[in-house]
Amino acid sequence: MDWLALSNEEWTAIRLSLKVSAVATIVSLPFGILVAYLLARGKFWGKSILNGIVHLPLILPPVVTGFLLLILFGRRGVIGAFLNEYLGIVLSFRWTGAALACGIMGFPLMVRSIRLSIEAVDRKLEEAAGTLGAGPAWVFMTVTLPLILPGVIAGMILAFAKAMGEFGATITFVSNIPGETQTLSAAIYTFTQVPGGDAGAMRLTLVAIAISFAALLASEFLAYLVGKRVHIE
Amino acid sequence: MTLVVNARQTLGEFVLDAGFTSDGGVTALFGPSGSGKTSLVRVIAGLSKPEHGRLVVDGETLLDTESRIFVPKHKRRFGYVFQESRLFPHLSVSQNLAYGRWFAPKTTAPDNFDRIVELLGIGLLLDRRPGKLSGGEKQRVAIGRALLSAPRLLLMDEPLAALDDQRKAEILPYLERLRDETTTPIVYVSHSVSEVARLADKVVIMKDGRVEAIGMPSEVLSMPSTDRRDAGAVLTGVVETIDIPHRLATIRLSQARIVVPNAHAEEGRSVRVHIPEREVMVATRRPEGLSALNILEGAIAAIEPDGEGMARIRIRCGGDTVLARITALSVERLDLKLEKRVFAVIKTVALER
Repeated sequence: MDWLALSNEEWTAIRLSLKVSAVATIVSLPFGILVAYLLARGKFWGKSILNGIVHLPLILPPVVTGFLLLILFGRRGVIGAFLNEYLGIVLSFRWTGAALACGIMGFPLMVRSIRLSIEAVDRKLEEAAGTLGAGPAWVFMTVTLPLILPGVIAGMILAFAKAMGEFGATITFVSNIPGETQTLSAAIYTFTQVPGGDAGAMRLTLVAIAISFAALLASEFLAYLVGKRVHIE
Repeated sequence: MTLVVNARQTLGEFVLDAGFTSDGGVTALFGPSGSGKTSLVRVIAGLSKPEHGRLVVDGETLLDTESRIFVPKHKRRFGYVFQESRLFPHLSVSQNLAYGRWFAPKTTAPDNFDRIVELLGIGLLLDRRPGKLSGGEKQRVAIGRALLSAPRLLLMDEPLAALDDQRKAEILPYLERLRDETTTPIVYVSHSVSEVARLADKVVIMKDGRVEAIGMPSEVLSMPSTDRRDAGAVLTGVVETIDIPHRLATIRLSQARIVVPNAHAEEGRSVRVHIPEREVMVATRRPEGLSALNILEGAIAAIEPDGEGMARIRIRCGGDTVLARITALSVERLDLKLEKRVFAVIKTVALER
């Protein structure tokens, strides 16, 4: 069973992938909830434009998204130069850049899921909370958020899964640097490009399957726990 | 407590233009569906904003469109009981009950959790989820939740309309206790004469978005404008005895006694009885061999023909006036005249509450 043992480099790629995906999911969550709320409830000019921009990564070829990120967030890009100069944050060719690319690719999936659950919330319950003395922020925290929790969890799992599988945008934006930006998918791709890399590719493929399954089971379990708590009539 | 409200609001085709004042107690907004009762209560609660309107409670202006005052709903401290209980499905019953209390100013929230739980009979439900409650239980919890937010005014929007008759009968006694044992003024929306008759101290009759009449239940509920089928006398009395085997209660009115079905009555409690006028028969001699339990002797105080073959007879029985709706033909045949001695015959079954 020697061929099953993972090399150090492979471990690094797995850890990096998990880190990138987790950070991408968690950091994009507040923005995801905010944008989903705006799209579900907001009435403002340019709502359909916002909706379009959010969904763009879903429609565009990932390489195009990666290239746009490179233009915007690269060291000489409009936003990248600003971040570098004033905040000392460099995204290009760093794992943080990979997290940004993964977060943006998963964002439409997260927003869709959360938006649907916000639209399904019975607004009469929020009205009732208001008459009981809860201000809008409290209503959101104590009524809306608990009721949309299943949708939020589903959105997070989708975004995480998308981040684990993200390849095109990441490799275009931050390249394929072992130990810094070489994620699981990129590592598998690299293995397939060298002679005798099949065993490594197979090992990582099995790991990818295991992680995806674990994420799926975790989401099912969380949904079950939440479902047990919330009995929507 | 004083409440002054006026509102004008256009909702599509419908125009609400109504207002009333209240000095506490139970004020019922009464009228057919679509008459604007709920729209008016939503204005009071701050759930909708009228084009023109004013709302003053105890001298504090909560809404004045002229001076652009609009206190948002969560700062008004009005409890609202909705037609559908609107309990939070993700919280247990006790968490639902505690929800409003958490936002109430600590100084004004008396520690009355146990008392309200007892008053509404929901002690055994505290650990359950709202999804596992019956309709009547849900509504009692919703009333408790509103009360525990320490409201200065309780708004109840058809709280019984979604329930069947049995559930209604189960909750009405709790509402009577609520009226008698708490000082919180109530605005009660209903289209049911019997509910209004039992609960209200003052009735505001609404029709097509306007206020048609305001007065005591005994005055306005016998007015011809009320739904003809339910019009009748509203009498106040005290529960004197309860006949448990037969499930009946005897209520002492000013002088006469009347037997009603016992729906959770308590001895010594003051209750109102609504006697629909179409359920009352008139006899000139004391009838015998009759199943009806209530035969009240009195004198005719008025005969009001409606011009459509019917007449309303007012019969003074001791200090109470019973209304009877009979045909003009019967008036002729019995030779009914003012001050003539007659017997009002009322089936107990017709008084089922």
